[in-house]
Amino acid sequence: MTTETTGPAATGGAPGHFGRYGGRFSPEALVAALDEVARAWEKAREDKDFQEELDGLLRDYTGRPSPLTDAPRFAEHCGGARILLKREDLNHTGSHKINNVLGQALLTRRMGKTRVIAETGAGQHGVATATACALLGLECVVYMGEEDTRRQALNVARMRMLGAEVVPVTIGSRTLKDAVNEAFRDWVANVDHTHYLLGTVAGPHPFPTMVRDLHYIIGREAREQVLERTGRLPDAVSACVGGGSNAIGAFAAFIGDPGVRLYGFEAGGDGVATGRHAASITGGSPGVFQGTRTYVLQDEHGQTVPSHSISAGLDYPAVGPEHAHLADTGRAEYRAVTDADAMEAFRLLCRTEGIIPAIESAHALAGAREIGRELGPEATVLVNLSGRGDKDMGTAAAYFGLMDDEGEQE
Amino acid sequence: MTGQPNTAQDADGTTPLQRGLARAKDEGRAALIGYLPAGFPDLASSIEVVRAMVAGGCDVVEVGLPYSDPTMDGPTIQRAADRALAAGTTPADVLRVVEAVAEAGAAALVMSYWNPIDRYGTARFAADLASAGGSGAITPDLLPEEAGEWMEATDAHGLDRIFLVAPSSTDERLRLTTGASRGFVYAASLMGVTGTRAAVASTAEKLVVRTRQAIGDSGLPVCVGLGISSGEQAAEVAGYADGVIVGAGFCQRVLDAADLGAATAAVGAFAEELAEGARAGRR
Repeated sequence: MTTETTGPAATGGAPGHFGRYGGRFSPEALVAALDEVARAWEKAREDKDFQEELDGLLRDYTGRPSPLTDAPRFAEHCGGARILLKREDLNHTGSHKINNVLGQALLTRRMGKTRVIAETGAGQHGVATATACALLGLECVVYMGEEDTRRQALNVARMRMLGAEVVPVTIGSRTLKDAVNEAFRDWVANVDHTHYLLGTVAGPHPFPTMVRDLHYIIGREAREQVLERTGRLPDAVSACVGGGSNAIGAFAAFIGDPGVRLYGFEAGGDGVATGRHAASITGGSPGVFQGTRTYVLQDEHGQTVPSHSISAGLDYPAVGPEHAHLADTGRAEYRAVTDADAMEAFRLLCRTEGIIPAIESAHALAGAREIGRELGPEATVLVNLSGRGDKDMGTAAAYFGLMDDEGEQE
Repeated sequence: MTGQPNTAQDADGTTPLQRGLARAKDEGRAALIGYLPAGFPDLASSIEVVRAMVAGGCDVVEVGLPYSDPTMDGPTIQRAADRALAAGTTPADVLRVVEAVAEAGAAALVMSYWNPIDRYGTARFAADLASAGGSGAITPDLLPEEAGEWMEATDAHGLDRIFLVAPSSTDERLRLTTGASRGFVYAASLMGVTGTRAAVASTAEKLVVRTRQAIGDSGLPVCVGLGISSGEQAAEVAGYADGVIVGAGFCQRVLDAADLGAATAAVGAFAEELAEGARAGRR
């Protein structure tokens, strides 16, 4: 059934459903395209030629398998627990995003489509998509909230350098969620030759399942690496959760191991109590958003509430439906990490290990400090280091006052 | 209170929507269905505007429940919904406008993305909609597969439930969707978002023909929307559909108007133009 690269069956319910979550809340006009993608994916994941091509790209282009790195000096700040970092930051384009993008780009070609559209917040998914489209000779259009194009100007230049058209979205809150809305509007009008390369485990079926399958390689590699390194499974897995694609990829390989605790760390912003956060599970409620039933940040009338996080990649007012299900069943535990705690973990990893993490991943590191202290020095905690922090230097420099003319630090 | 659930249906078991569509058919014309978000540009003004729509000849008014993430709407309706949200429009306001439409003598529907109804509570929404005199609702991002609770709630309160079909729908899905619909089925004329277009999409008539084949002899009316914004286009669609649905054209006139008086005048005149088209085009 399952192949080398891709993952296990859904964790419950009818196809595309995860318990009471997931499903498909989309215009009828898109159902045929969603069905086409679902069928194409079901075939591709069982197809030897497709898998060989994808595995080859992941190995020779992305640089997989990504290493597992012991972080002993960082671990001193985690109650002495052993900390193992899964180095998705070392992938080509700098994050886990490329795993999903290469798979869907190959699928696009297989479906005979010539144009790819994508949404992006911080720009990591957009850059990865532009990269894969350049590699495979596909036309690429990336929707990005106008606010984000300003905050992430360098990534806009990267995407354009790679040949993508970047369209600033000037409606709504002008951030990631509005870019997703605009991508859906484009898709329905151009669906005959266009694939929507959605960047996370959200949206209507089959996206949560397909994107999870394509990131399963993170957990599968890490599970083998941890076993080989330590002779046993980790006690806990820590990952950051925005939409939740890196987390579900890391979790998927351990869901059947009851002894392995799974922790997802959401963006707590200024603190969940302040209302300025992006912690959909911790601080939101079940609803329907952008094609799926899941936890959503919404007001009493079901209007989406703007999210806030220092990390643009986690700044999304909902979460993948499988996480909603894992939260309700208790198989995974979700907590919020504030901007301040994430930035402290960011600084700490730089200073103790010489690794600059993405601010997104810094949430998983802050979480590891918390659970390391709870589980004690005998524990091993696997942290998914989902991306690198080069893109975040502007934010970090401003936060820590690193520029010479900004005076005293911290 | 009788203990029986309140119902949108008359003693004869029909809703105002069903009667309105039947009347248009008897008169040998297509029905005119207009859309306006409640609370656009504010609650009181939106009530005046829907009255002008009805006075101008709308048989049915779809009262939009403005939503923060209108994935299926183009720029005009997005702007209208934004204005309504900025004015603080709530689901209770939407039901106020539904009442106003019903009082003005037209059939009232709610048009809403699913989350606001889900949040309100599906059963409670159905009960309150029926109490307000609404005939039912159009739910553009709710597919029949996910509509179990909505089917129960609309059955309990005798409400119509309008699902959408699209040019990309397979014959199998046309059967599924028309089988789940009551009142009418909404045929989206083209693959795209709401907004005015220079011409009626060539895909529209073929979809109506295919949809009628899927419906068989139940007589469920087929109404066409998306991109219709002139009397001429209304006449063309009235040549093959049971109803003509117009949204962005009304919103645009309100956006362009200098004041409420100008808005109601422009909207009323536009409704008259469309109604004339809906009469002229009938076979």
